[in-house]
Amino acid sequence: MSVRFILDGEIVDISDVDPTATLLDHLRYRMSRTGTKEGCAEGDCGACTVLVGELDADGTRVDWRAVNACILFLPMIHGKALLTVESLADGGALNPLQACMAANGSSQCGFCTPGFVMSLYGRAVGASGHDLPVEDVLAGNLCRCTGYGPILEAAATTGALTRDDAALAQQLRDLASGETVAGIYGDRRWFVPRTADALADLLAAHPDARMVAGATDVGLWVTKGLRVIDTLIFVGDIAELRTMAETDEGLTIGAGVRYAQAHAACARLHPDLGELVRRIGGLQVRNAATIGGNIANGSPIGDGPPALIALGATLTLRSHMGRRTMPLEDYFLDYGKQDRRSWEYVESVHIPRPAPDSIVHISKLSRRFDSDISAVCGAFRLDMADGVVTQARVAFGGMAATPRRAPLCEAALTGQPFTEETIAAAADALREDYAPLTDVRGTAAYRIDAAVGLLWRLWHGAQGEAVSVLEAQLG
Amino acid sequence: MADRAPLWPAIDKPSHPHDSAHLHVIGLARYVDDGAEPADMLHLAFGQSEQAHARIAAMDLSAVRAAPGVVAVYTAADIPGANDVSPMAGDDRLLADGEVICVGQSVFLVAATSRDAARRAARLGRIDYEPLPALVTIEEARAAGSLIEPTQRMARGDAAAALATAPRRATGGFDMGGQDHFYLEGQVAIATPGEDGQMHILSSTQHPSEIQHLVAHMLHRPSADVTVEVRRMGGAFGGKETQAALFAAAAALVASKTGRPAKFRCDRDDDMAMTGKRHDFRVDYDVGFDDEGRILALSLRLASRCGVTVDLSPAINDRAMFHADNCYWLPDVEIVSERLKTHTVSATAFRGFGGPQGMLAIERIIDDVAARTGRDPLAVRIANLYGPDRDVTPYAMRVEDNIAPQMIARLRETARYDERQAAVEAFNARNNVLKKGIALTPVKFGISFTTTHLNQAGALVHVYADGSIQINHGGTEMGQGLYIKVAQVVADVFAVPVSTVRITATRTDKVPNTSATAASSGADLNGMAAFEAATTIRDRLAAFLARTHGCAAGDVRFTPDGVRFGDQCLSFATLCRKAHIGRISLSSTGYYATPGIVYDRESHKGRPFYYFAYGAAVSEVVVDTLTGEHRVLAVDILHDVGRSLNPAIDMGQIEGGFLQGQGWLTTEELVFDANGRLLTHSPATYKIPTASDRPRHFAIHLWDGDNVQPTINRSKAVGEPPFMLAISVFSALGRTIAATAPDKRALPPLNAPATPEAILRAIAGHRAA
Repeated sequence: MSVRFILDGEIVDISDVDPTATLLDHLRYRMSRTGTKEGCAEGDCGACTVLVGELDADGTRVDWRAVNACILFLPMIHGKALLTVESLADGGALNPLQACMAANGSSQCGFCTPGFVMSLYGRAVGASGHDLPVEDVLAGNLCRCTGYGPILEAAATTGALTRDDAALAQQLRDLASGETVAGIYGDRRWFVPRTADALADLLAAHPDARMVAGATDVGLWVTKGLRVIDTLIFVGDIAELRTMAETDEGLTIGAGVRYAQAHAACARLHPDLGELVRRIGGLQVRNAATIGGNIANGSPIGDGPPALIALGATLTLRSHMGRRTMPLEDYFLDYGKQDRRSWEYVESVHIPRPAPDSIVHISKLSRRFDSDISAVCGAFRLDMADGVVTQARVAFGGMAATPRRAPLCEAALTGQPFTEETIAAAADALREDYAPLTDVRGTAAYRIDAAVGLLWRLWHGAQGEAVSVLEAQLG
Repeated sequence: MADRAPLWPAIDKPSHPHDSAHLHVIGLARYVDDGAEPADMLHLAFGQSEQAHARIAAMDLSAVRAAPGVVAVYTAADIPGANDVSPMAGDDRLLADGEVICVGQSVFLVAATSRDAARRAARLGRIDYEPLPALVTIEEARAAGSLIEPTQRMARGDAAAALATAPRRATGGFDMGGQDHFYLEGQVAIATPGEDGQMHILSSTQHPSEIQHLVAHMLHRPSADVTVEVRRMGGAFGGKETQAALFAAAAALVASKTGRPAKFRCDRDDDMAMTGKRHDFRVDYDVGFDDEGRILALSLRLASRCGVTVDLSPAINDRAMFHADNCYWLPDVEIVSERLKTHTVSATAFRGFGGPQGMLAIERIIDDVAARTGRDPLAVRIANLYGPDRDVTPYAMRVEDNIAPQMIARLRETARYDERQAAVEAFNARNNVLKKGIALTPVKFGISFTTTHLNQAGALVHVYADGSIQINHGGTEMGQGLYIKVAQVVADVFAVPVSTVRITATRTDKVPNTSATAASSGADLNGMAAFEAATTIRDRLAAFLARTHGCAAGDVRFTPDGVRFGDQCLSFATLCRKAHIGRISLSSTGYYATPGIVYDRESHKGRPFYYFAYGAAVSEVVVDTLTGEHRVLAVDILHDVGRSLNPAIDMGQIEGGFLQGQGWLTTEELVFDANGRLLTHSPATYKIPTASDRPRHFAIHLWDGDNVQPTINRSKAVGEPPFMLAISVFSALGRTIAATAPDKRALPPLNAPATPEAILRAIAGHRAA
């Protein structure tokens, strides 16, 4: 079958689709839409930012989200709408955002500019993440020339813009289908299932298939690793996996829920979890990457799992043979090795709501605050009763081959009064919990010292001291 | 002119937006990779060295040749002329010849029908290496005595003797890292063969003439057969001064061999691994001073990792020496500069060109002197400034335009430095985990290429019979706003709207033998050359009017309302039409060479700079002493651009330059492993500032004085100097760390970049000192 999507009111129909061909290359070299730029081909610079639209759950409105076209495989846009920088030109006239940016020095070399235009246009028309501070909306757009000031000014002075997407919504409804889309390209094959059952059946039939949700990781296997993937199953369009349930007990997040969608609910569960989610990639990445994907790929530096483990999350896997649920920490067996059979997929993760008097602290340390991978990611949940730690859950990323709990530190805290002495003892214990590696993100010595520093940050924060440079004010 | 639509949507000067801004925001500004690809175009990729230093024992490229889509594979033996893409020393190979000298070096060249096919095939080469000794670090190269060129010495007086008699003396040292340019548009070139051996090259380069000459030599053709064109770059920052040649030459080789157009668009990771970066430095010093913190003697050793070839390292390290005084009088001084050769990718030009490294060294020394005397660092800075009878640099140039004292005084007041310093101290007394710091540092940056002959430029101005104007000059547009500045200069000469001036791509067939657009000199040189060209035409028009209308040429005035003479007035377009019919040439070249500069590199004495550009910045930072995390809270800048050609463009350069400098000194860390492999070769691991790293309070003001030299419009260069204002961030971070043990009269052992890890280490070191 062909990949079909809607661009500027027209249906684009691409047959004979290489399933790992990127949208960016297709736009630039097959459609002569060269306004969208390649800066890095790995989803880190935002020069390729485009807006992807799809019908909301009611099937009435078009929800837009900014994504990186450089790591978006063509089948992933099937059935959706697309806006590129060229789409915004209304008979060559600049929209108010573009006019402001052109006049106020928002561009110097101009190469990153189309990406900024798209991110800010998305913000102006209510796309995913539009209610975030503008610096967050732009965390995935790198500019090397301007210092960002005029761009931020343009965002601040340009108000909301309106779009009439009624006709587009109808086009999307016409394009919609509940059937699995499949294609063959040479000796490779690809599938876009629409239901959880269809996914389970596909995995049973193709246990060697590579599942791809947002492609923010697998995308780089192709653009950088030049890997050839024989069978791909694109799981991003399964509505059942894209649901969340928020109850008094906790938060259940479907594996297909994107980080940007989960952000608010995570922040409601605990502000630190919200802050962690905010700092996972730029908005374009959070608009593509899924919680399930971040768990499923088992990265030792994945930022989600340490926090979820500390919070006591459980993971549910599903297959054509049924479901099984496990504590999240049990899923990570060893470096690159997870407790998932090839025909299983991650269905959901459940995060219990911390007790009101529990002390929860989650911190991510990286060279740069936004859009960076952590050197150390630490998370703590201390359940308290009468000033005594009744249960301690401590987990770290970046300290071992997998996201892992800190049993010695936990033992030093459990049953102890919440005092400076207890923290000091727990800090000593924490030094024994891990033997981290030295790599490009930090030395082993720094990782240990910083992990201990995070435990102390928890303590000082609990005493009401200012501990976050992000919250520090001038004066 | 009102009767015809403008050529482009220009607004009134002087703060006209970037000439391409209306195209940038709509995605219609064309970069090299944006043109349609001819069906027969070939796409290129390099097979790269896996080793830092090795003899190539054998190379099996059969799998590369057999790979799908591959049309040709070339090695050094296939190059018809010189196997060289270096700017001066002749030591940069287009393709390795028998030996590899750094990881990522280009060894063979693949041409295929698609970029994907070329990249895949390039990974199939089998190279057998016989490893040779490899030097990776400054320490290793120093121990081995491995140098790019002899160690240079710039000195005045007797530093050793003055050190021996100084009341106080301190020794110290620190390391500062390099920096990747991270231009958003990677290296790219397209070569299209023409008739009779000619070659046209579209290249994203700051130096079209150099590429022209290198390609000509490589193809064994005269330079006249090669034309290089660049309309704009997607950022450069020095990284496309010499580094673009490799990709352009590769494209030209394939185009020449196959007769087909060839494009080399380099992948980001390959670009970062294969192309040069800012030099990293090791600084060691021995400084003598008095109780007031006045420096009496300085012995400074600057050692840089130059990488494996010469590239521009001699001039870059010279500039580090030139700026090791910054704004300060150093009575007895010795600056020794070691240029170390390592088996890493050759370091190259980057905004500031060694200046930032030299300047960071002296600012760090000042901070050390302040720490040891217990005096406020700003007081120590002021006590050491150049002034009357203490106004000669270590290279014997008199500082005639010194405005640093006045600028510092004004910024101190407007930024409320003293008040905020007190607030910072109060904050630090109240807080255990978070600490703050504030610093004011000045900048004095010498303007001119220190290689004197490079200070020349040409321009070509055409006035058409309808009064529209086309300009061309040797400068290239990398986003800095050079084109609009030069267009404004030309429009001013004729008193016409800038919208009647069409700015065209830089081409070696229009203006020959140009210098790189570098050293912040673009507007100074090309603006003046364009001014000369336009003035020549204006004078012809005036003479024509005088002859035909019986007035004096000197009475002809070009005004926004038209060309006035006596009581008559003609529109500019009408005059042009009449002049054309009157057989007056409406086209002229213009040429400019900077006057009055001379430099003797043997003695390191002379007047290498036409003038200095100044600036000062106050930065306030906060540090988390538990983790080393930090933020820049506030920045106040006062910067000197002379009489600005375009204040908005200049402000953009100042802000952008500052943030790039902040990145150099904070988040941007290059990590090489012990085998000389760059580990930070992508934006996933190499972190330039994002929007949230921009200080929330960021105030920039322009100094309101003219250039004392007769530059174009009395303006000053602005490209590089603001970069070094970010040294105030590093200085503030050092003071913040010092606040973790305020009783210690020592400078915290902080290296650059001040990553969280570097800061946490410095805190531990300071507490243990």
